[in-house]
Amino acid sequence: MCATCGCSGGTILEHHEHGHEHGHEHGHGHPETRTVTLEQAVLARNDALAELNRTWLADHGILAVNLMSSPGAGKTTLLERTIRELGARLRVSVVEGDQETVLDADRIRATGAPAVQINTGAGCHLDAQMLADGLRTLDPPERSVVLIENVGNLVCPALFDLGEQARVVITSVTEGAEKPRKYPQMFRAADLVLLNKTDLLPYVDFDVAAFLDGARRANPGVEVLQLSATTGDGVAGWYDWLRARLP
Amino acid sequence: MSTQGGSFLHEMAITQSVVQAVCERMGDAPVRRVCLEIGTLSGVVADSVRFCFDLVTEGTTLEGASLEIVQPTGKARCRDCGAEFALTDLLALCTCGSANRELLAGEELKIREVEVLA
Ligand SMILES: Nc1nc2c(ncn2[C@@H]2O[C@H](COP(=O)(O)OP(=O)(O)OP(=O)(O)O)[C@@H](O)[C@H]2O)c(=O)[nH]1
Ligand SMILES: [Mg+2]
Ligand SMILES: [Zn+2]
Repeated sequence: MCATCGCSGGTILEHHEHGHEHGHEHGHGHPETRTVTLEQAVLARNDALAELNRTWLADHGILAVNLMSSPGAGKTTLLERTIRELGARLRVSVVEGDQETVLDADRIRATGAPAVQINTGAGCHLDAQMLADGLRTLDPPERSVVLIENVGNLVCPALFDLGEQARVVITSVTEGAEKPRKYPQMFRAADLVLLNKTDLLPYVDFDVAAFLDGARRANPGVEVLQLSATTGDGVAGWYDWLRARLP
Repeated sequence: MSTQGGSFLHEMAITQSVVQAVCERMGDAPVRRVCLEIGTLSGVVADSVRFCFDLVTEGTTLEGASLEIVQPTGKARCRDCGAEFALTDLLALCTCGSANRELLAGEELKIREVEVLA
């Protein structure tokens, strides 16, 4: 097909109100092109790798949970507490995604749990290949739990399947209650929503009801738990949720 | 890093995935046109992809290709009353008040077709 005028070279053409003369055998300098239908998901390659991760995790009886939030919502703090309080029994290890630093992995190792840091550089999310690499390094034991801290960002991580069994979205009360409205894809993709830093509710203007309404509009029926990763208030519900998913 | 939807950084990864996928499928054939489907509810901002495209295609078989983006709009079916309706955002409710809906269109993120030199 001719990229300029849309004619399909060679045949008699009736549509020439656009004025460039076709005195040809298609001789007006258009190279011959052909159109190929692909109908392929943009992220097909990532999705295929994610499927491999999912199978590998299932074969090894490993529960992998992907934690996603804006920067600073409390992912690492919640992981630290979870490992201190459950880590020994559940055999938790951690994949830490971060653009630049290794600070979060160091915080996790300080709790005694194995952790591998994946620096995504300019990339603002983990992808399935990165999780595969992380799992290879981490080499988690059979029947254990791998908690994945994604890069702090609510856009891309929603699009990139890692092959995890569950996705957890964390919002803190120091952010706006309109988060679900701004990032509906992320909330829609969540298996669990955690509202963190509830210890700060008396000091901030956060409309819990509006937040819950937004989360449930984006994802009807999604479970929402309120907790404080620093005081430990409400974390029992999160632990129950996690235990219920153990293979 | 911006945490806003549609920042240039986020669409960069998507655009790179497009280029990688097309290169894998089409081999060495020079690509003249790429047609994408990006649903209005996909969370991917079409204008940002356009912005990234020239940058990402530089030095590849897609260099100089034109980019067409089709944007299917949101459509849903209510699981409570069965109505089908246009969905302008993912938080909108059915007229019956239900949020329990099945998305029929709007989340597409697809490479529809490419045009290559024969
Ligand atoms: N008051 C209060 N502060 C919290 C709570 N959870 C985390 N914080 C604080 O919030 C800040 C950020 O916590 P992190 O756990 O580092 O957050 P993160 O989500 O891992 O951050 P990034 O990895 O940078 O995206 C730290 O100063 C924490 O001490 C909480 O429940 N209550
Ligand atoms: Mg962290
Ligand atoms: Zn309805």
